[in-house]
Amino acid sequence: MASDAVTIPSSTRLPQEAEGTWLETLHGWVTTVDHKRLGLMYIGLALVFLLIGGVEATIMRIQLAVPHAHFVSPQVFNRMFTMHGTTMIFFVAMPILFGFANYLVPLMIGARDMAFPRLNAWSFWMAAFGGLLLYFSFIGGDGLYGAGSAPDVGWWAYAPLTSPAFSKGHSTDYWTIALLVSGFGSIGTAINILTTTLSMRCRGMTLGKMPLFAWLNLVMSGMVLIVISPLTAAQIMLMIDRYLGGHFFDTQAGGSATIWMHFFWIFGHPEVYVLVIPAFAFVSEIVPVFSRKAIFGYPVMVAATVGIGFISMSVWAHHMFTIGMTSYGNAFFVATTMAISVPTGIKIFNWLGTMWGGKIRYATPMVFCLGFLFQFLIAGLTGIMLAAAPWDWQLSGSYFVVAHFHYVIVGGILFALFGAFYYWYPKMTGRMLDEVLGKWHFWLFLIGFHLTFDFMHIPGILGMPRRIYTYEPGRGWEGWNMIVTIGVIFQAAAVLLFVANLVRSYFKGAPAGNDPWDAWTLEWSTSSPPPAYNFAVPPEVKSRRPLWDLKHPEDPDWKYE
Amino acid sequence: MSTMSVAIPEVERPWILPSKGRVGMFSLITAESAIFTIFVVAYIFYIGKSLTGPTPQQVLRLPIFNTICLLSSSLTIHLAMRALESGNNARFKLLWFLTFALGSIFIVGTGREWHHLIYDEGLTISTNLFGTTYYSLVGLHAFHVTVGLVALGTVLALALAGKVKQEHAYQTGVLSLYWHFVDAVWVVVFTVVYLIGR
Repeated sequence: MASDAVTIPSSTRLPQEAEGTWLETLHGWVTTVDHKRLGLMYIGLALVFLLIGGVEATIMRIQLAVPHAHFVSPQVFNRMFTMHGTTMIFFVAMPILFGFANYLVPLMIGARDMAFPRLNAWSFWMAAFGGLLLYFSFIGGDGLYGAGSAPDVGWWAYAPLTSPAFSKGHSTDYWTIALLVSGFGSIGTAINILTTTLSMRCRGMTLGKMPLFAWLNLVMSGMVLIVISPLTAAQIMLMIDRYLGGHFFDTQAGGSATIWMHFFWIFGHPEVYVLVIPAFAFVSEIVPVFSRKAIFGYPVMVAATVGIGFISMSVWAHHMFTIGMTSYGNAFFVATTMAISVPTGIKIFNWLGTMWGGKIRYATPMVFCLGFLFQFLIAGLTGIMLAAAPWDWQLSGSYFVVAHFHYVIVGGILFALFGAFYYWYPKMTGRMLDEVLGKWHFWLFLIGFHLTFDFMHIPGILGMPRRIYTYEPGRGWEGWNMIVTIGVIFQAAAVLLFVANLVRSYFKGAPAGNDPWDAWTLEWSTSSPPPAYNFAVPPEVKSRRPLWDLKHPEDPDWKYE
Repeated sequence: MSTMSVAIPEVERPWILPSKGRVGMFSLITAESAIFTIFVVAYIFYIGKSLTGPTPQQVLRLPIFNTICLLSSSLTIHLAMRALESGNNARFKLLWFLTFALGSIFIVGTGREWHHLIYDEGLTISTNLFGTTYYSLVGLHAFHVTVGLVALGTVLALALAGKVKQEHAYQTGVLSLYWHFVDAVWVVVFTVVYLIGR
C-alpha cells in the first residue's frame, strides 16, 4: 500500500514556551489543570508507589523463601502484606490507569481537555495526598509516642480486627482516611471521564465510532461511580465505629462482622474489573495496530464490556463462600461468577480474531499484549476453578488464591500496562523506548512472572495458608517457596531495566515523529508530545479509524461501517 | 491518486452532545445514590437487632411537618427555575428564597429532633445499633441538605445582588438537580426509618 508516502497533516507546533527557572517549572506542574500533565503526574505517582510496593513484596518473599526465617518480625510481615496490597491496588493500579485515561481519552475523541479540568487536578491531588497519608502511618501510626507503625489489618481489613480493641493507635485510621480521600479522588476522575466521553466528542464521532479505548474507559468510569462508593460508605462507618463509639461492626453490641465483608467485597470484586477493563482497553488499541487489521467485532466488544460491567456487580460473595451462606446463596454466586467468564471469553476470541490473518509485527507493545492474552486466559481458568464453591472451600485463604489473583493483576493487567507504556511513550515524550531493552524487559519479566506465580499455585494446593509469616520444614512447601522467591529476582531486574529504559529514552531515545506505529486513532495525528491545545483545528471523523481514512482516501473505512 | 470521487453530502448537520453540567451532576448523583444505598442497607439489616433500648417504637415521632417542608421545596425550586428561564427575576428570587427557607426549616427541625432524642430520650450514636444506624443515615442526609443549603444560599446571595439572570438558568438548573436528589433521598430515608423501621 502507499501508506508510507502519505504524510499526516499535523497541527503546527507553536514555538516552545520560554523555559523558566526550575521553581517556575515546578509551580507550573503543581498548579496545572492540563489533562496531559495531570495524566503524566498520575503515572509518575503510580510508578513511585509501584517501586515501593515492589520492595514490600520482595521483603515478604525473602522472609518466605526458607522455613523458620527471621528476616523480619511477624509484626513487620503483617504490615508488609497490608501495605503491599493497599499500595498496589489504590496507589499504583488506580492512578496509573486513570493517568492513561486522562492523557489519552481527550486526545482520542478529539477534545481540547477533560470536561472539568479543575476537578481533574483536585482528583489527582486527592490521590496523591491519600498515598501520602497511608505512608505517613509509618511515622505517625502509633502517635507521637510510639516509634510509628503501618497498618497491619490486611488490605481488606476484616472486622473485628479493625475495632479499637484490636487495632490500637492510629495506623488503621491512616489506612481508612487514605482510602476515603483517594476514593473521593477516584469518584471525581470517574465523573470527569464519563462526562468527557459523553459530552466532548469531536464532530462526527458518534458513540458507535468512538475508539474502544474511550468506550472501555467510559464503562470503567460508570463502574467506579457505583463500586467505589460502597467502600467510601463502609470507611465512613468504620470511622464512626472507631471514633464515635458506633456499633456497625461491633459484634458485642449486636453488630455484624459479616456485613463489613459484604460491603468490602461489593467494592472489592468489581474493583478487579475496574482495573482490568482499562487493560482490555490498551489491548484493544494495540492488537489491531500491530496486526494491521481493524478490531474484530467492535460492537460485540462494546456489548461484552457493558455485560462485564453489569455482571461484575453481582459476583462479590464468591470471596465469602467459607462464611457459610445458604446453598441458594452459594448457587447464585457460583452461577454469576461462571457467567462473567462468557463476555470475557468473547473478548479473548475477538482479539484472536483480530490477529487471525493479520500481518503481525512483534514489537514490544505487541509481545506484552500476547503475554497478556495467554496469562489472562490462565488466570480466568483458575478463576473458574475458584468460582466452584466446593473447590473454594478447600482452597480459600490459601496461596492458590494469591497465585490466582496475581495472575490476573500482574500477568494480565501489568503486562497490558507495560505494553501501553511502550506504545504511548513516544506520544507522551516524543521519543521511542528502546526496543532491545524492551525485549529484555519482556523476557526477564515473563520468566520471573512464571517462576513466581506458576509455582505459587502448588504450595497453595498443598495447604499453605496466605498471610503466614513463616512455616515449618517438612510440609513439602519449602522448595516451591524458594522457586517463587527466585522468580522475584527476575521480575525486579526487569522492572529496573524498564525504569532505566524510561529514563534513558527520555534523553537519548530515537525521535518518534507524530505516528511511529502507523496507527489509526486521533492522538497520532497531533505532534509528539501534543501541544497544550491538542489540536490546532478541531478534528472531524467519519469512521472508527480516522487516520486510516486520511492515509487511504481511495479506500476509506466510512464506506463500509 | 484514484480518479474516482465519492460525493459526501456536505450538509452541515448540527452536532449536539449531552450537556456537561447535567451529565456530571447525574454521575455525581449516581455515586451518591450508591453511598446512600449502603447506609440504607445497613439500616434495614440492623432493624430490631439492638441489644439494649431505646427502640425506634419508643422514641421516634413522624416528622410530618419537616417532610412536607422539604418535599414542597422541590416544587418551589422547580417553579423558580421556570421563572428564571422565562426571565421573571422577581418571581425567581421569591421562589428561590422560599426554597432556601423550606430547606432551612427542615434542617432546624432535624436539629430539634436530635436534641430531643439526645437530651430527653438518651439516645446517642453509641447507645445501641439503632442509634448508630439512625444518626449515620439521617446525619448523612442532613449533611447533604446542609451542602445543598450552602449552594442555594450562595445563589440566593448572588440573586439578591442582581447577579443571577436568565442566561444563568443552565447552571442554576444543574444545581436544582442536586436539590431534587436530596429531596428524593429523603423519601427513601423517611420510608425506611420512620415507616418500615418503627
